[in-house]
Amino acid sequence: MAEQDGSAAPAPVAARAAQDVELYYRMKLVRAFEERVSRLHRQNKILGGVYSGAGQEALVVGICAPLEPGDFTAPLHRDLGVFLMRGVDPGRLMAQLMGKETGLSRGKDSFLHGGDIAHGVFGSSSMLGSSLPVACGAALKFKIKRERHIAVAFFGEGASSRGDVHEAMNFAGVQKLPVLFVCENNRYAYSTPFEKQTSIENIADRAAAYGFRGHVCPGNDLLAVVGLAERVIDSIRAGGGPGLIECKTYRWRGHSEHDPALYRDQEELLEWESRDPIPLFEFYLDKRGHDINRLRAETDEKVNTTIQAAVDFADRSPYPEPEEALEDLYVGQGAAPGAPSAAVNGRRPIR
Amino acid sequence: MVGALSGNLAMEATYLKAINQALHEEMARDENVFVMGEDVAELGGAFKVTEGLLTAFGEERVIDTPISESLIVGAGVGAAVLGMRPVVEMQFADFISCGFDQIVNTAATLSYRHGGKASCPMVVRAPSGAGVHGALFHSQNPEAWFTRVPGLKVVAPATAYDAKGLLKSAIRDDNPVIYFEHKRLYRSIKEDLPDGDFTVPLGKAEVRREGRDLSIITYGGTLHQSLDAARIVEKEDGLSVEVLDLRTLLPLDREAILATARRTGKVLVVHEDRLTGGIGGEIAAIVADEAFDYLDGPVRRLAALDTHVPFAPPLEEFVLPNTNKIVEAIRNLAAY
Ligand SMILES: Cc1ncc(C[n+]2csc(CCOP(=O)(O)OP(=O)(O)O)c2C)c(N)n1
Repeated sequence: MAEQDGSAAPAPVAARAAQDVELYYRMKLVRAFEERVSRLHRQNKILGGVYSGAGQEALVVGICAPLEPGDFTAPLHRDLGVFLMRGVDPGRLMAQLMGKETGLSRGKDSFLHGGDIAHGVFGSSSMLGSSLPVACGAALKFKIKRERHIAVAFFGEGASSRGDVHEAMNFAGVQKLPVLFVCENNRYAYSTPFEKQTSIENIADRAAAYGFRGHVCPGNDLLAVVGLAERVIDSIRAGGGPGLIECKTYRWRGHSEHDPALYRDQEELLEWESRDPIPLFEFYLDKRGHDINRLRAETDEKVNTTIQAAVDFADRSPYPEPEEALEDLYVGQGAAPGAPSAAVNGRRPIR
Repeated sequence: MVGALSGNLAMEATYLKAINQALHEEMARDENVFVMGEDVAELGGAFKVTEGLLTAFGEERVIDTPISESLIVGAGVGAAVLGMRPVVEMQFADFISCGFDQIVNTAATLSYRHGGKASCPMVVRAPSGAGVHGALFHSQNPEAWFTRVPGLKVVAPATAYDAKGLLKSAIRDDNPVIYFEHKRLYRSIKEDLPDGDFTVPLGKAEVRREGRDLSIITYGGTLHQSLDAARIVEKEDGLSVEVLDLRTLLPLDREAILATARRTGKVLVVHEDRLTGGIGGEIAAIVADEAFDYLDGPVRRLAALDTHVPFAPPLEEFVLPNTNKIVEAIRNLAAY
């Protein structure tokens, strides 16, 4: 539900147009960020494991769009889009990936393992699926304190095989928790195809076994994802209990930037590359009467400026001092520069 | 070592290739041996350690599993109890935490609970170790979580020869063995390996370098740094340093530990696992207890600092042991 800030609500048509433009910008920002990260990895500016979410932007943007400040999100290892959607500063995110002092973990951990609780982003460990029980705990807090917030946990179809996922969904069902589980089914878990991961067609079908509803959704279709996410999130927020959304999508790049992904069929890749969520949404914007060429040019310029500023900020930022390796083991030993305490704010919903 | 001139006998192999060969040879030798884990079949493993096994032995004996570490270990136990010899893989040693319960509670206690009448001939392979920008969750050395669990055996080879020979022994052993292979060694070390079958006994350490002034006791990734450091102080300081490679961490080779301590009178334990609770403390206690009269100085430990393995290069460097830090520790102890 959009926040009421006292000013008159905009007319529905104009509001919709503004929302569409904002969604388009966000999706292009995430894509450009992904592409820049891959390039920085090739240039050895980002070390270690880099897991690209290119091609999966629509689902990340679509699920996060209706979220409100104070909601809790636990992204998976390729969801840098969740960080950007929740309002984490792109410069700090880039610094995080480069291991710089100004990054979310102050150079302590790699890639997306640093979180930003102030923006409702929980930094997950590498242990796949382990963030689902955590999201249940966040939801439990919302329930106990009667807050109208929800927790969202993202996981891959591969991670769905972990026991933690079962334990989380079972508990969420029993407690009717305000939690949304989002399965990003991108067909491969590293080299392992979906068919070897599970013998059912939809992860969403499992929801029934836990006593709540599961939904399958075309994950590259931003409109479809946003529409479904709004409905499901509204219901969870209203006390309707947990939900599970499975987004069918595809991982364009290898499991990590080190992986040439020779185990999969080139035809399949081509098919999914042609289901690029961005042109699909542009087609819709065009139908809605936007001057798409102008909008694209304006959006690209805004995106490029943001990304370049983020890279410059991260580049300029120093590495931490070696001795800092011993800080932050316990809370309060060394505070991140400018980091707020546990106070939760975050982005306004795009709706 | 077999010389290169002796015809077809010697074959150069990396540490990684040595493990791969051991798997091939043991699977050919015993049809009860099978391999199971995430991405081990089609992909040949995240590091290519199991490459070629699928083609050679088929998908019934080389099994890609879902992402389910508890299942991988637990199913290994079930098959092992009935006489199979599973070699299961954790994609990274860090993820062994997700199979922890099945290892320490199901597998380790099995024989004890069955009056010594149930065996669990299972090997859990776990690529461990830091120094590859892996950060918190791809750098761990979790051996000390297991070295205090009776019923398990724990090995950590540091050479290609041992990697092959210890894996063969582990597969043939009737008890659960956790086999830590150091990622940094995979492609960075190479040796001539003898052709044909050979094993390295579990529970036996090996003196890698003889010396008079001081002993380094180490294993895994830090063996090579220790040997480098020993060469440096020999040249620059005229110090004669003995280096003992533990090879097996459970059971410890107490004889070898005490022998080297008595020989040189000064002991420096080096490991990449962190200091507190690492196996170095146990070794220091053994030496203090049983070789006290021979000591000319305190038992010293050099290990990763008591923190997580961080990501930013200057932090990682600060936390982990390396050759320079070992050289300094040798000099300090020698001067005591
Ligand atoms: C518990 C655990 N086991 C293994 C891994 C190694 N690993 C990292 S990502 C990955 C594949 C994940 O597949 P999926 O959950 O479908 O997400 P995707 O990478 O496809 O987005 C694996 C096996 C891990 N991180 N955690």
